[in-house]
Amino acid sequence: MNLECMTALELGAAIKKGEISAVEAAKFSLGQIDKYDKKLSCFVTVQDNVLARAEEVQKKIASGEYTSPLAGVPMGIKDNMCQKGIQTSCGSRMLYNFKPTYDATAVEEIMNAGAVPLGKLNMDEFAMGSTSETSWFGVTKNPWNTECVPGGSSGGSAAAVAAGECFYALGSDTGGSIRQPASFCGVTGIKPTYGSVSRFGLVAYASSLDQIGPLASNATDCAAVLAEIMKHDSRDNTSVATKGINLDAVMNMEVKGMKIGIPTDFFGEGLDSGVASCIESAAKQLEAMGAQIEKFDMPIVKYAIPAYYIIASAEASSNLSRYDGIKYGYRAENAGDLLELYTKSRSEGFGMEVKRRIMLGCFVLSSGYYDAYYRKALQAKALIKSAFDKAFEKYDLILGPVAPTTALKIGENLSDPLKMYLGDVYTVMINLAGLPAASVPCGFDLNGMPVGMHLIGNYFDEEKILGAAHAYQQVTDWHKRRPTGLDII
Amino acid sequence: MSDKNSWEIVMGLEVHVELATKTKIFCSCTTEFGGAPNTHCCPICTGMPGVLPSLNKAVVEYATKAGLALNCEITRYNKFDRKNYFYPDLPKAYQISQLYLPICRNGGVEIEAEDGGKKTIGIHEIHMEEDAGKLVHDPWTNSTMVDYNRCGVPLIEIVSEPDFRSANEVIRYLEKLKAILQFIGVSDCKMQEGSLRADVNLSVRPVGSEKFGTRTEMKNMNSFKAIVRAINYESSRQIDVLSHGGEVMQETRRWDDGKGVSFAMRSKEDAQDYKYFPEPDLIPIEISEETIEQTRASLPELPEAKRRRYVSELELSEYDAEQITKSKSLVDLFEQNLNAGYPAKEIVNWITGEVMRMLSDSGREPEDMSFDYSYLGALIGMVQKNEITRNTAKKVFKAVFEECCDPVKYVEEHNLKTVTDTGAVKTVIEEVIAANQKSVDEYKSGKEKALQYLIGQSMRALRGKADPQTVTAILKEILG
Repeated sequence: MNLECMTALELGAAIKKGEISAVEAAKFSLGQIDKYDKKLSCFVTVQDNVLARAEEVQKKIASGEYTSPLAGVPMGIKDNMCQKGIQTSCGSRMLYNFKPTYDATAVEEIMNAGAVPLGKLNMDEFAMGSTSETSWFGVTKNPWNTECVPGGSSGGSAAAVAAGECFYALGSDTGGSIRQPASFCGVTGIKPTYGSVSRFGLVAYASSLDQIGPLASNATDCAAVLAEIMKHDSRDNTSVATKGINLDAVMNMEVKGMKIGIPTDFFGEGLDSGVASCIESAAKQLEAMGAQIEKFDMPIVKYAIPAYYIIASAEASSNLSRYDGIKYGYRAENAGDLLELYTKSRSEGFGMEVKRRIMLGCFVLSSGYYDAYYRKALQAKALIKSAFDKAFEKYDLILGPVAPTTALKIGENLSDPLKMYLGDVYTVMINLAGLPAASVPCGFDLNGMPVGMHLIGNYFDEEKILGAAHAYQQVTDWHKRRPTGLDII
Repeated sequence: MSDKNSWEIVMGLEVHVELATKTKIFCSCTTEFGGAPNTHCCPICTGMPGVLPSLNKAVVEYATKAGLALNCEITRYNKFDRKNYFYPDLPKAYQISQLYLPICRNGGVEIEAEDGGKKTIGIHEIHMEEDAGKLVHDPWTNSTMVDYNRCGVPLIEIVSEPDFRSANEVIRYLEKLKAILQFIGVSDCKMQEGSLRADVNLSVRPVGSEKFGTRTEMKNMNSFKAIVRAINYESSRQIDVLSHGGEVMQETRRWDDGKGVSFAMRSKEDAQDYKYFPEPDLIPIEISEETIEQTRASLPELPEAKRRRYVSELELSEYDAEQITKSKSLVDLFEQNLNAGYPAKEIVNWITGEVMRMLSDSGREPEDMSFDYSYLGALIGMVQKNEITRNTAKKVFKAVFEECCDPVKYVEEHNLKTVTDTGAVKTVIEEVIAANQKSVDEYKSGKEKALQYLIGQSMRALRGKADPQTVTAILKEILG
C-alpha cells in the first residue's frame, strides 16, 4: 500500500477496513519525519508515545469507540495549542519548558476522534510572522524549495502536510496564518468563522481574531477535520453553536449556479503576475464549471492592514504580559529586583518581532492615543465587516489571491517587517470581519512554487467554501502535486 | 489658617466588596477564605497560557442586586475591559474589570449628617472585577511567595461621589453599606478578611471655597477605627502642608496602622497607564428589563425599611431600632427569637445590653457571633420562668457568647438554677447570720448598710441562685 499518495480520509478508510493498522500508519509517518524533518524542521517536538497511542487507537477502533473517518490517522498540532504533558512553546524561548496540565478543546476533540498526534509543529514566535522564521527553534523550510520559507505562522503545519510527514495538521489563523502557508506549500487550509472552533487552550496572540483550523492535502480532508473540532465549547465565551459540517454536503456541492465575486481591489499594485494569472485561470475554471463570476469594487479593504496591525498588536501586548518570568517559562538569571526580573526575562525571552508588536500594541493603547488608533481601528473593522456583509448579499463566495507572492527566499522579509506586513494584505481583512476562508491550490508560478486561491464565504458557510473547493479539486490536480526534490536534497 | 475649623475636608470612597458567590468570577474554583496557599486555584484563575474566562452569571446577579439596593441605574448592555499592569499577584498581568460600561450608575445612600439631618451620599458607579492574589513575604528565607487562592474572587467596586465632609459620615456610610450588602446576601463584608476594603480619596479646602483641593488616595485600612485614624492623620497633614504654604501632591498613600501614619506609595508622575481596552475574551452581557424587575422583587426587606417597621410595629425606640438594623447578624438574632415568641423588648434589651457589650469587649463584629441564636431565647425563657436569676443569666450568656454553650445544659451542669425551696434558703441564711454576728448587731442598731452586707453574703453563700427579694424578705423576717 502506497501511503505517500493517500489523503487522510483514504487512510482512515483503509484503517477502518483493516487494510492497514493505525500502528503501521504511525510508523510510516515517523519514518517520513526521520527522512525529511532534519532538512525541513517542521516539528519542534516529536512525541515519544506515538506508537503506544496508535495501538490504543487501533483497539478503540476495533471496539467501536472511535468511529470518526479520521480515527487512527497520524497528524500534527501547531505548537501554540496546549496538549497535556507535551511541551507547548509557541516557537518561543519564553515557553521553551512549558508543559500544560490541560488540553486545548480542539486537541481534546480531535483526540476523541481517534487522532494519533505525532508532535508539535513549528511556527512563528507566538504566531507573529508570515514566514516561520521568527521561531526560537529555527527556520522551517518550504518542501518545494528549501531555500524558501513555508509561510507563516503555521509554517510547520503546512510544510509537514506538503512533505507528507503527517496527513493533516491543526493550525491557527489570526491574520492569514493558515491560508498563507497553505498557499506557499500547495496544501488546502481553512480558517473557519470566528467562534466556530473553541479557542480554549490556544495560546492567545490576538483574541478577537485567532481561530483554529485544519491544513490537509485536499478540501474533504479539511472538512472531515473541521467536522470534529467545530463544536460549541462552554469554556470559550466567544464560542458559537453551529450546525457543524456535513461531509456529504461538502462532497455533493455543485459550483453550478454559484455567484462568485472578485474584488477588483485585490488585483492592484504589488500582486505578482504569476499569482494573478493562476487566480484568473481558477476563476475561468470555476466559470466553466457553471459558476457566475463577477468583478466588483471593495475600496474599504485598503484600511485592513493598519487596522489589523493595531488591533492584533494591542491585544497581543496584553495577552503576552503574563509571560513575566514569575510562574513558568523563561526566567532571567541574576535579576536584582522585581522590575529587573520582568525586564530581563521579557527582553531575553521574546524575539524581535514579538517585542516589536508588544511595543506597537502598548503604544496604541496608551492613554491619549487610544482614540486615535485603537478606537479608529475598531471603526475600520466594523466598516470592513459591513462591506463584506453587503458583498454577501450578492455573492455566494468571494474569490481572490491569498498572498501577493509565492514563497519568498529565507531571510528576504525578515529585515523588512513592513514588507512582510504588506504580504498579509488579502488575509487580514477576513479575520477582521470574522469570516471563513480557505486557501486552495490553483497552480504554480514560473519558479515552480505553489499558488493558492482564496475562497471566502459568508459566516458559517464553511460547507459552501469547502464544497466549491472539492468540486474544483475534482477537475484539477494542483492539490495532488507533491514536491519532487525532497529525496534528493 | 492652620486653625482646623477654617478648613473643610472633602472625601470620596472606593469600596471593594468581595461577593459571596460560591465560585470565582471566571472559573469554578471555590471563593472560600483561607485554605493552604494555592489550593483554591486552577489554570484559569492562575492565568496559564491559552486558558479563557467563563463568566459566572451569579456575579452579574449579585452586582445587579447591590446596584438596586443602592438605588442605582442598571446598565442594560455591559462589557468587561482589561486593566493592564504588572505585579506578581496578578498572574495574567491584567485585571478583568469594567471601565467604559460599569454595571451600575447614579445611586445613593442616605445617612445621618453631622447636623442631625439626612444626607445622601451619591454613588457614581459600581463595577464588577476580579480580585488579585496575595504576596506573602517569608523573612526566614528573605523571599516572597505568591498565593493565588484569592485570584478571581469576584469583587464589586463601589465608587462614591466626593460627598463626605467628616470621618463620622464616612463611617456611617460604610455601616449602612455593609448592612445593606449583608442583608441582600451579596457579601459577608468582613473587613478583617478583606472582603470589604475602603480606599479614601481626601482633599481639604478653605471653608467656603467651591474648588476642590488636590487629593490623595489612602489604602490599607483594615477596620473602621483605622479609617477614622487615617482620615484624621491625612486631613491634619494636608492642612499643615497648605497652612505652611506648601502643596499637596496627588499621590497614593499607604496607611500603617501600627505606626499611625501614612506613607506615599506612588505619585501622579509615576502613576501607571493601565492601557484599558475591551476584553475580547468575553462577549457583552445584556441585562433585560425583566431580569431587573425580577431581581428587584427578590430583594429582601432592607435595613432602612426594617428600622421603620421596628419602630412603628414593634414599638422599639428609634435608638434601639437603629442599633439592631446596623447588622444583619443582630437582625437575625432579634428576628429569630421574636419569631420563637419571646417579647421584642426583652430581646432588644439583651442585644443592646449584653450582646453589644460582649462584642465591644472582645473586639468582634456581630457577624463573628458563632453561637446558636436560639440560645438567647432559651436564656430569656429561663429568666421568664424564674428558673435562673437575671444575674445568673448574664453569667451564662458569657459562656454562650464565648464558648457557644447551650444555656440550658450549662445551667444544669453548673447547678445554677434558682433555689426555690425557701426552707433551704432559710438554712443557708441562718448560717450566714451565725457567722456575722457583728453585722447583725449593727443592723439592729439601725445601720441599713449592714443589711445590704448580709444580703450580699447570703447571695454569695447561695451562689447567686436565689431571688434577692426572697433572700431580703427571709433575712428581715429572721432578724425581726
